[in-house]
Amino acid sequence: MSAKLARRDHRAAWLFLLPVLVVILLVAVWPLARTFYFAFTDAYLDDPSVYSIVWFDNFIEVLNDRSWWVAVRNTLVFTVISVAIETGLGLAIALLLNAAIPGRGLARAAILVPWAIPVVVATKMWEWMLNDQFGVINKILSGLGLVDHGIAWTASSSLIMGVVIFVDVWMTTPFMVLLILAGLQLISPEIFEAADVDGIPAWKRFWSITLPMLRPAIGVAVLFRVLDALRMFDLAYVLAASNENVMTVSIYARDRLISFQELGVGSAASTWVFLLVALVAIIIIGVLRLDRAAGT
Amino acid sequence: MDTATLSRPLRKPSSFHRAKRRIVRGLQIFALLLVLVYTLFPYYWAFVSSTKQGAALYHSALVPALDFTYYRQLIDNPIFMGSLLNSAYVAVCTTFLSLVIGVSAAYALGRIEFPQRRAVLMIVLMISIFPQVVVLSGMFELINWFGLFNRPSALILTYLLSTVPFTTWILTTFIREFPRELEEAAIIDGCSHFRILTKILLPLMGPSLASTGILAFILAWNEFLFALTFTLTDENRTVPVAIGLIAGTSRYEYPFGQIMAASVTVTLPLIAVVLVFQRRIVAGLTAGAVKG
Repeated sequence: MSAKLARRDHRAAWLFLLPVLVVILLVAVWPLARTFYFAFTDAYLDDPSVYSIVWFDNFIEVLNDRSWWVAVRNTLVFTVISVAIETGLGLAIALLLNAAIPGRGLARAAILVPWAIPVVVATKMWEWMLNDQFGVINKILSGLGLVDHGIAWTASSSLIMGVVIFVDVWMTTPFMVLLILAGLQLISPEIFEAADVDGIPAWKRFWSITLPMLRPAIGVAVLFRVLDALRMFDLAYVLAASNENVMTVSIYARDRLISFQELGVGSAASTWVFLLVALVAIIIIGVLRLDRAAGT
Repeated sequence: MDTATLSRPLRKPSSFHRAKRRIVRGLQIFALLLVLVYTLFPYYWAFVSSTKQGAALYHSALVPALDFTYYRQLIDNPIFMGSLLNSAYVAVCTTFLSLVIGVSAAYALGRIEFPQRRAVLMIVLMISIFPQVVVLSGMFELINWFGLFNRPSALILTYLLSTVPFTTWILTTFIREFPRELEEAAIIDGCSHFRILTKILLPLMGPSLASTGILAFILAWNEFLFALTFTLTDENRTVPVAIGLIAGTSRYEYPFGQIMAASVTVTLPLIAVVLVFQRRIVAGLTAGAVKG
């Protein structure tokens, strides 16, 4: 009888899952499979029905393209530096907002503003503030006597990656702050009280209590942010279109696919992006698991 | 002399502690002000710039000139208003569909025991993290098959890729938080799962649906890559793409005033929603990540 009930439950479960499974098949699995398939063909976007199978030629072509490797390097540099800064800054702001100080409610609301603003809008806002002639940042810097004439932040090939990282940090640190704050609130205040009574100095309390207890929260936040940073498209695209200094792997793949209409090569590039992201995801999840295993 | 210092073992004179505490408090407030300026100034500056005309735009006066010419131009611009409507249509439809599909899936994943539950959850999570550019070729073909190319409706279909896994995941964690006792009586009475979901759980899920819905809405409202790729003509664009593609006649005539006015207009509803539903948004964001 209970087996029959269980079977009824299982059938109900799949019924409730039907819509989500249809959506996943339609907009995720099927397009993904088609991308993998096109990667082995020489199809063009204007008429995708005419093509022949070229096996691994497209994959090799992408690997032989110097621009691809520039894009890979840019993406990795961007990901490592921006996520590192976001984690540090996010941790600092979260600790600050966790302390009982007046105005922290206001600050917790304010911190959501950069997170909610569309990437395009944030990029345009900073582009205007960083404008070489009329931007407020250069006005402030020259007002303080730090520079003689405005710095061409977004036009200079050596500074533009810095600008992209800077804007990304501004936009996504709130996400880090929120996740770390949530982690902080899970730590029972009694531990700190005990440490306080024992006269343990603040930096040691932070290093030996707060940080280890925040490890899971920070780990999850870093995982999400890294995977998000690896697929970054809009920020660099709006700021610099296909400027090689900040071209990411997503921009490279889309360029091949849409601008050059090369459905086959573009799909192969997309497949490489997929493999890159999957590899990084596996490594990070592996590290997190090892951490947890070592902790117990 | 307050009791807090007395109850502790006295190691140093209390005046030392009081001075130290005051310095720490002062530094904290200063840091808090820095955080506020850092997060809010760019948006404030966009507003200030959007109300300055002509040469005034290039002076860095910190107070807004309150000249709303750019905003009037935006309202009179049918293409910009059209893209606002497109954005609203796409974001509302995406949010609604993702919530319906998400609630249904979350009920199965959060309330019914079945062997493949963890596997389904893992698949949902994996799809929410893979890069959108990877499905671009296949999606292009799919949209052409449906005859949706260069139509805002195409975007609803493609946005489901990011929003559905996301709403499913968050709503599952929310549904699990409700006590089991809620439905026990109904289960004993032989109530169907559909009735348990619609009559018992759904009436309690208003706040959860609100936080999840807001997050899905923001995701859809802000999306850029698909919107850029699958719409071609100005009247079918969404706002982020419209703003992204505003260009001046030359590098020196870049219309920053208009762009800032458009940026403020597009972001104002989001900021209002965010400030009003602050707690719900934080609950939604952290439910997905911390407990998962």
